[in-house]
Amino acid sequence: MNEAIKDLLYRMADDELIIGHRNSEWTGLGPILEEDIAFSSIAQDQIGHAVANYTLLNEHFGEPVPDVIAFSRNEKEFRCSQFVELPIGDYAFSLMRHFLFDHAESLRYARLSDSSFAPLAALAKKIKGELKYHTLHADLWVKKLGMGTEESHARMQTALNEAFPYALGIFEPSKYEEELVAEKIAIGETALQTEWLDVISPLLQRANLTLPKLPIKERVYGGRQGYHTEYLQPLLDEMTEVYRLDPAATW
Amino acid sequence: MTTSLDPRIRRADLEHAPASGGLMQNEHWEPFAVFHQDKRGAAHEFVGIVHAPDPELALAFAKEQFGRRKKTVNLWVVRSTDIFTFQHEDDDMFSTIPDKNYREASGYPVRKRINKYLDDLKTLAKSKYLDHMEEESG
Repeated sequence: MNEAIKDLLYRMADDELIIGHRNSEWTGLGPILEEDIAFSSIAQDQIGHAVANYTLLNEHFGEPVPDVIAFSRNEKEFRCSQFVELPIGDYAFSLMRHFLFDHAESLRYARLSDSSFAPLAALAKKIKGELKYHTLHADLWVKKLGMGTEESHARMQTALNEAFPYALGIFEPSKYEEELVAEKIAIGETALQTEWLDVISPLLQRANLTLPKLPIKERVYGGRQGYHTEYLQPLLDEMTEVYRLDPAATW
Repeated sequence: MTTSLDPRIRRADLEHAPASGGLMQNEHWEPFAVFHQDKRGAAHEFVGIVHAPDPELALAFAKEQFGRRKKTVNLWVVRSTDIFTFQHEDDDMFSTIPDKNYREASGYPVRKRINKYLDDLKTLAKSKYLDHMEEESG
């Protein structure tokens, strides 16, 4: 049982840490000041959610403290989906990833607020408001750019086409799936993916964007088992550059 | 061109980035005035402006810029162009002629009586509290 919950927490936390780091790459480089501030703040929230999950791992399962978990593992030990590792691309891609990812997070945590693992249920309730803002922000941009100019529409559709196979990788089931569902820890990745498609489809349609028809074999799995893209290790090197100078330093 | 120490800037390869197309007149986002409310029922107070392409995004931006660092229950945004104002050089309309101070609330003697009443209340509350403490300890 413990192994199943640990795996779930690692999957969620690693997703949040890596996408938070990726999104923070826009800080200071965002398209306009107001948007830069909003997107940076969302990135900060995501890293906060990672810390919260690493803290649960530390307090309930005897894993190391959050900084050590975040900065000391190698690529193979990360359980994030490949989706969050991809480079930021252009702003259309980053916005589309934000839209697809934060809707998945929002639904995941909404369901986890009923989890039989009480500390996770409490965390889910606590961050509900933050996720509501994330999806509001994403929905506004997807609609605005999807229905904007010919160019903005084309760029958002291209971003969706590129992102979608990877986004399905968020829902890559783990070997603990049945156990997590049976013990009412989580509703399971398959059910979550169905809910996610039900939510994003009308929103994309409203924005005049078309969800790609995808042969099932094209969805990108592997991240949950430690198989990553060529982009993760350079990200980790950059993220841990200062930490590695003196891992025992106090801040 | 000097190389940046920031890996994000190096990746952006600004030297070879396409020149910005620039903005034509009237292509800038509009300013919106932001009004902040710190508790339900309190007045919304003007706190600053955000630039946004529409009111919905103005609200989304206002939330981050004005609703994050202090307690907030609600925000308003209003297009700055929808706020009508006097000219500053017309502020002489607001100056009161000295011999009409009977029109100002401060001209009424009742303020003194209100303050005295409030002071009395405070003194009474304090003495009651002290009595109570004495009873407790006694």
